[in-house]
Order: sequence, then C-alpha cells, then structure tokens
Amino acid sequence: MLTFTFRRLILSIPTLLFISLVIFGLLQLAPGDPMAQVPLTVPPEVKQKMREALGLGAPWYVQYYKWLIQFFWIEPKILIDYLTNSSLLLGWLPDTSFYNGELRVISWQTRSPVMDIVIQRMPQTLWVVGLSYIVGIVIAIPIGIYSAYRHYSVFDQAGTFITMVGFSIPPFFTGPLLIVIFSVYLGWLPSIYDTTHVVTDWASFKVQFYQMIMPVMVLALQTTAQISRYMRGAMLDNLNQDYVRTARAKGLREGVVVMVHVLRNSMIPVVTVIALGMPAIFGGAIITENVFKVNGIGQLLLTALFANDLPMVMTLTFIFAILIVLFNLIADVLYGLLDPRIRYD
Amino acid sequence: MTEQAVPASPIEADIEIFGALTDKEPQKPPRSQWKDVWDQFRKHKGAVFGGGFLMFITLGVILGPWLWDADPKALDIRNKDWRPVYTLLWNADAKAGWIHPFGTDQLGRDILAQMIAGGRVSMAVGWLAMGLALLIGTAIGVLSGYFKRLDFLMMRFTDLVLSLPILPLTLLAVTLFRQPLNSRFGPEGGMFILIVGIIGLTSWMQTARIVRGDILALKEREFILAARSIGTTSGKIIRRHLLPNVISPIMVSATLGLATAIITESALSFLGVGFPSDFPTWGKLLADAVQRMQDFPERVLLPGIAISLTVLSVNYLGDGLRDALDPRIRGR
Repeated sequence: MLTFTFRRLILSIPTLLFISLVIFGLLQLAPGDPMAQVPLTVPPEVKQKMREALGLGAPWYVQYYKWLIQFFWIEPKILIDYLTNSSLLLGWLPDTSFYNGELRVISWQTRSPVMDIVIQRMPQTLWVVGLSYIVGIVIAIPIGIYSAYRHYSVFDQAGTFITMVGFSIPPFFTGPLLIVIFSVYLGWLPSIYDTTHVVTDWASFKVQFYQMIMPVMVLALQTTAQISRYMRGAMLDNLNQDYVRTARAKGLREGVVVMVHVLRNSMIPVVTVIALGMPAIFGGAIITENVFKVNGIGQLLLTALFANDLPMVMTLTFIFAILIVLFNLIADVLYGLLDPRIRYD
Repeated sequence: MTEQAVPASPIEADIEIFGALTDKEPQKPPRSQWKDVWDQFRKHKGAVFGGGFLMFITLGVILGPWLWDADPKALDIRNKDWRPVYTLLWNADAKAGWIHPFGTDQLGRDILAQMIAGGRVSMAVGWLAMGLALLIGTAIGVLSGYFKRLDFLMMRFTDLVLSLPILPLTLLAVTLFRQPLNSRFGPEGGMFILIVGIIGLTSWMQTARIVRGDILALKEREFILAARSIGTTSGKIIRRHLLPNVISPIMVSATLGLATAIITESALSFLGVGFPSDFPTWGKLLADAVQRMQDFPERVLLPGIAISLTVLSVNYLGDGLRDALDPRIRGR
C-alpha cells in the first residue's frame, strides 16, 4: 500500500507539470493586454517598461520557469515562515526566516501577492461550500439506505424522482427561484450573503445562519442527488449478497444486518465518491457564489478572468488541478485501505 | 421436464419420439434484440415520458417558428412588459392576452418566440456537442482498447484530461478564443463553434473509458478470433463486429452527454461568457431576466423550467435506456 502511494505520488508530479504547462500555454494565447487600463497619457516607452516589469518581455519558457520557481519554491517558504512565526500550531518552533524579499506571484488587478488574496477568500468558500457538502452527505446517506432497503416502494420512487430533479435543475435556476420565493415574496431570508458579517453573539449568529441557508441548500441539493444515488446503488448491490443471507440466517436482528453488515460494505464506493467531490469544495461553486454574491474562490476566479488577471487565473486553476490530482490519489488509497479485497501491489 | 409415459409397443415409442420433436404450439416469429429492448424500455414509465418529452421539445423548437411566426427580435416598445396570459386568471386588469401567450419583455419582444429561438440554439448546442464528445470518446476508446500499443499513452492522456479543472478551463477558453473566432465567423457563428467545440472537447472522457473497457472484454471473444482467422482486417473488425456491440454504453453516455451539454451552455450564458446579448438561448434569457425577477418572475421561470424539464427528461431517458440495453436486467 505504501509503495503504491509513493508510486502514485511520484507519478503525479509529471501530471501536474503537464497540466501547468497546458494552462500556461492557454494563457499565453490570451489576447488581452494588462496595460489596457493604463491611461493613454502614459507614453508608449513607459508602458513598455511597465510591461517588462511585469515579466512580459521575456520568452514564454523563461516566464513559465519563473512562475514555477515562484509557486513551488518561494510561496512554500513564505508558508513555512508564517507557520513558525505566527501560527498557533507550529509557533513554538524557532522562527525560520526563509523568505527574504524575492518576487512573489503578483496579481495584475491589485498588485498584491496572489496567495494572500486566495487565503483571504478561502474561509468564505470553505464555510458555504464545505457546509453544503456536509449537509448534503448527511441528508443523502439515510435516503440512499432507506430507498435501497425498500426497493420500488413509494419512498424509493419519490426519492429517485427527487434525486433526478436535483440532478436536472441547474443551480443558476434554483438560486434565483429560492431568492424569489424566500427573499422577495416571503421576506424570510436575505438574498445576498454578507461576508463582512461578524458573529459575536446569538443575534448575529442568527443573521449568519439565515444568510447561509439558501446558498447552502442550493449546493446541498446537488450533492444530495449525487451521493444518495451512489448510496442506493451500493446498498442494492450488497443487499442481495450471500453474506447478508448468512447474517440473517444466524439470527441477527434486521437493524444489525442492514446498518452494520450491509452499510459498512456499501460505504466503500460512497466514501471514494465523497473524496472525489472534495476538490469542488475548495474550488468553490462558481455559479452559486455568483448568484448569492459570496466573495469566495469561485467568484475570485470569475472576476480575475474578466479582468484579464493572468497570474491569478493561472495560480487558481493550478491550485484546483493540484486538489483534483490529490483527491484522486486519496480516493484510490482509501479504496485500497477500506476494501481488503483490493490490492494494488 | 415432465414424466414420460412408458410406451406400449416399439411403433408407439417411435410416434412418441417424433411427437416430442413436433411443436405443441404454433411457431412464434423470432424476436429481434431491438424488440426486446423496446419492450423493456416501455416498462419504464419515466423513460417513456422522458423520451416523449425530449421528442416533443426537439420537434417544438424545430417546427416552432412555422407554428408561431412572431419574430423573436422584433421590437414593439408600445407593447412592452406584457404578462403571460395565465395572469388573467387572478388579475383581470393585467396587461396580457393571446397575442403574446407568454408575454413580452422590456423591449416588447415576444417571449414565446424568444423561447422557441433560444431552445433551437440550446438544443442544437446540446446535440452537436454530445455528438462531438461521442465521436472523440468512441474513437479514443476503440483505438486504445483494440490496439495495445496505443493503450498506455491514450489512457494516460484521458486521465490527464480528467484531472483538469473543467469549468474554470472552459471559462478561460471562452474568454480567450472569443475574439479570433468572432472575427472569423461572426459573433453568433463564432460563439456557436466555440461553445460546441469546448463542451465536446471536455466531456468525452467517460465515454472513452467505458468503450475501452467493453472493447477489451469483447476483443478476446471467439467471434473476433473467427473474424480474424478468415483474414478480416482490423478496420473491418472494428466496424462490423466491435462497434455494433458497444452501441448500448455509447447510447447511455450520449444521453448523459446531452444533459451536461445543455446545462454547461446555459451556465456559460448565465455567467455572461456565452452568446452575445441580443441572441436568445435559454440560459441567456434566464440570466437577463434575473435582474427584474421581482416584478416579472415568469421570465426566470419559463426558461428555467424549459432547461430543467429537458434535462430531467434526458436523464430519465438515459435511466430507462440503461435498464433496457442491459441484458441482465431485461426480462425481469
């Protein structure tokens, strides 16, 4: 298992390098000019200097190489410095000051380091999208279990219909629909997610709770649809197996048979599906964040795209790619760990 | 097996034997595979409804402009902001009438005509992108399943594409290539080619994997060996023996592909990177109406319901097809 993990980890390095090259190549074709917003009174030779200051004069492989160095060498140094300097977790270690003023990946919009902005936006995304994922899983698993256990019952039919609907209605429709119903007609919930809101006491917690309901439920509908479907399928596969009959034959209670024997075996594929969906949490839900005006990662990517902020787009897309590759690996390893029948070596 | 009676004499025994060989009931005409598939498909009510609705909406958007010949782009500023005709049920003074069954928008354009025109574009994008994805997916799946030398490279490539962040890259590609394609094919044609191309190029991976798996299993079967031993060329084997056998997983992934393509197109339009603003698609109509949805909720609801129902019916169709095409489930 360990050998497999290491082999996969090493194999993921060329994969990631290739992906970064693809993204970089795409961005090289971008027609936009970062100097487009500079006033026309600035003389062209100054503009040229500014362009070179952004690193645009160099050939593409130099730019790519510099980005790689910045992303894989300088940013980790800053992270380690931060960890040993001011974080609670590793603050007791002696202060490593690795970073001494090299150029970091700089956003063209704000002229500040990209990673700082990403760190600023991360909590909003994690709260909204992460919570929706948890809510979705918590709703989906009982539904999946019960619809499989009562196969073709009314509950199963209704559950299948609702999951189908959840699959089919896109978030850019459910979002406005919920806003019309709950914010406009009923006036119960705010239509805009206020990220500057600080929770200090019970009343402000209630405000926070109310403003989270709609974005979380819109996203949770999608997660629920997907995961309950997998859960139902996995339970159905297992319920007809011989070991279930054996368990019943030796007189175990029905609850133990279903909730212990069958459930544990059915969770194996579901856990890997859950792991595969994790990158989407960090990636943010671009559409839902846009509908409810949550200024998370997805919204950051969208604004960066529209503003032609190539370093930001490059870094964000690449972070998503890292997460996808990482969680694919985690899903594979989990599968091997949970299911002793699967051996990779 | 029924108990055989003991024959009284040899002649009678012969008669018994011949009797066993003749049919007790008149011969039934042989049943083809597709008839079985159709019978199983019909049992799945959701799938039948789904297929029916998909056909209805496809025919509706194709034939719609002849049945409802209002021009979707004609401005009629005097008759702007009409409500749909059903508002008359509870509000007799509403500005509504049968001239504009779904009402008119803020520039007086007929919403029914816009829905038909938008549906044409959305469905065309969906069908074409699905076709492109199937073509690429099947080609890569067949090649890498059939030719061992290509397998490693092609599957690594598929894994690579699978680990790309698709929606960000799609957004990226649309914003990057919009300009050159628009200047080449015009704002609408360029965008159409771009969106179909991008959706097709980013959604073929599942098809390729499924087809490859099936081809790998089929390749070892005796009928392929027989075909090869009478000197059939690889191309012929693929076309005559392998492709007809993998048609069912391809059809199932086609339905999934159609659903994702329609949703992706609408999502792009909703985010504002899709078709130009006066060019109606369902996603675009929805996105434009969100600003004023407090006063005119129907302008969000109508395209939204159209998208959702179409995708729902396609998903149900896929579900039914999967059951009908799986010989293990069929006949249960």
